[in-house]
Amino acid sequence: MVLTKLEQVNRKKEWEPKIIGFLCNWCSYAGADLAGVSRIQYPANIRILRVPCSGRINPFFIIRSLIEGWDGVIISGCHPGDCHYISGNLVARRRFAILNDLLEYFGIEPRRVNFMWASASEGDRFAKLVEKITEKVKQLGPNKKFQKEW
Amino acid sequence: MGIETENQNIEKSMREIARNLLNNKQVDVVIGYSEATIPLSSSPIIIDNEKDVDKLIWNNLCYINLAKYLVPMIPNLIDPEKGKLIVGIVSKGCVGRALFHLAVEKQLNLDNVKVIGIPCNGIVNRKRIEREIGEREILEVSVSDNNIVVKGNDFEEKFPYDEYINELCKQCKVRSPPTTPGLMETCLGNCQEVDSVYDDFEDIAEYESKTADEKWEYIKDILGSCTRCYACREACPMCYCNLCFVDQNMPIWFGKTTEINNIIVFHLIRALHLAGRCVACGACSNVCPMGIDLNFITRKLEKIAKERFGFTSGLNPETLPPMMNFKMEDEQEFMIEED
Repeated sequence: MVLTKLEQVNRKKEWEPKIIGFLCNWCSYAGADLAGVSRIQYPANIRILRVPCSGRINPFFIIRSLIEGWDGVIISGCHPGDCHYISGNLVARRRFAILNDLLEYFGIEPRRVNFMWASASEGDRFAKLVEKITEKVKQLGPNKKFQKEW
Repeated sequence: MGIETENQNIEKSMREIARNLLNNKQVDVVIGYSEATIPLSSSPIIIDNEKDVDKLIWNNLCYINLAKYLVPMIPNLIDPEKGKLIVGIVSKGCVGRALFHLAVEKQLNLDNVKVIGIPCNGIVNRKRIEREIGEREILEVSVSDNNIVVKGNDFEEKFPYDEYINELCKQCKVRSPPTTPGLMETCLGNCQEVDSVYDDFEDIAEYESKTADEKWEYIKDILGSCTRCYACREACPMCYCNLCFVDQNMPIWFGKTTEINNIIVFHLIRALHLAGRCVACGACSNVCPMGIDLNFITRKLEKIAKERFGFTSGLNPETLPPMMNFKMEDEQEFMIEED
C-alpha cells in the first residue's frame, strides 16, 4: 500500500484525545485567556466553548458531547461564592454531583467528564488542570461507548 | 394473621372511611383501586357516590401509584358549579410519599386532599409470575393462606407470597403514608410518623463495585429490550412535565430510535430528572411491558439523595428536596483539584 506523506505522518503520531471545555464567561474563560496571554503552555486538545455561567450548562450538553464522540468533557466555573450571578455555580454543583454519580453508575469512566473551578486570575491553575485532565483522558483511550453499532 | 385476612381488614376499614367521607360531604370524589378487567391487575376508579363504595378493593395487585391521577388531572377535577373539588385518595405508603413530595413541589395543595391511609402489605411482582406462567392463559388470581393462587384453564399454580412480592416492597419501611403533626386533618385511617428511613442499599452494592466496562455491558444487557413506549414515564407520579424531554424537538438532544445508545441516554436523563424526587413506589417497573427492572436505577437515585444530601423524598412536606436547594458548604469531592 502506498501512503501519502500526510498519511505517513499521521500514522506515526500517537492518538490525541479531543476534549470539549465549557467555560464560564466570567472566571474560567478569562482564566484561560490569562493562561494564553501569560504564554503558559497547556495541551491543545481542549476546544473551548464559552457559556454565560456554569449554571447555564444543561446536563444534555455533556451527554450530547459524549454522543457526538468527544473523548473528554471539562466543565469549569467560578469558585463557590465568586459567581457573577451569585449562586449559579452552587446550583450547578448539585446538578453536577448527581450527574457525576449517575454517569459512573451507568458505566462511563469517572474521569471522562471533569468538573473544576478556575478563577480569572488562575491562568496557571487552569493550564495545570487541563494538562492533568488530558493525561487522564489519554489513559482512558477513545470514547467508544456511544458509538453506533450498525 | 394470613395475608388474606389482612387484605380483608384493610379493605373493610378503607371502605368505612370512604363511605363516611362521602356521606358527610367532606370529599367530593374518592380515588381508589377497583377490580380490573384482566387478571393479575387492578384498575383505578374515581367514585363520587357512596353507593359505589363497595367497588373499592384492596389486594396485592394494586400496583398503580394513584398520586398520578391527581396531579396532571387536577384541572379536570374542577366542577364548574362547585369550584375546586376535594379529593379523597386511597393511599399506601408510596402514594402518601408521592403526595407529600408533590406538595413540596407546589403541584398539589394538601388542603384539597384527604389521604385515606392503608397499611400496605406489599405488591406482587406481576412480571415474575407472568414469566413463570409463560404462554398459558391466566384466568383468575386470588390470595389464600400466604399464597398467590393463579388459575387457568387446565392448571393451578401457587406462588408463596413472601417470595413473590417486589424487591422494593420486601425492604419497604414506609408502609402507611407518612404524616406530620400538622397534617392530622389530612391524614385519615392508618398513617405513621416517619422521621428518617434507615437504608444500607446492599442490593446495589455488588453492582457498584464493578468496573466501568462491566457496568456498561450490564446496563446494555438489561435495558436492551426497552422499546421506549414511555409506560414508565406515564406511570410515574413525578413525571408531570408539560413537555417531556423526549417529546422535545427544538433542539432534539438525542435520537428517538430504539438504538441502544438512545435507550441508555433516555433512561440516564430520566433518572437525572428524578434524582432526589423518586419516591420508590416501583410503579415504573410494575408497568414495564418488557419486564425491565427499573428499580435498579431508582435505588441509586435514592442512594444519591440519601448519602449526598441526607434527604429521603416524601416524608415531610416542609423539607426542600436537594434539587430545589443549595448550600455553600456542599460536598465537592468529585471536582478535580491540583495535586
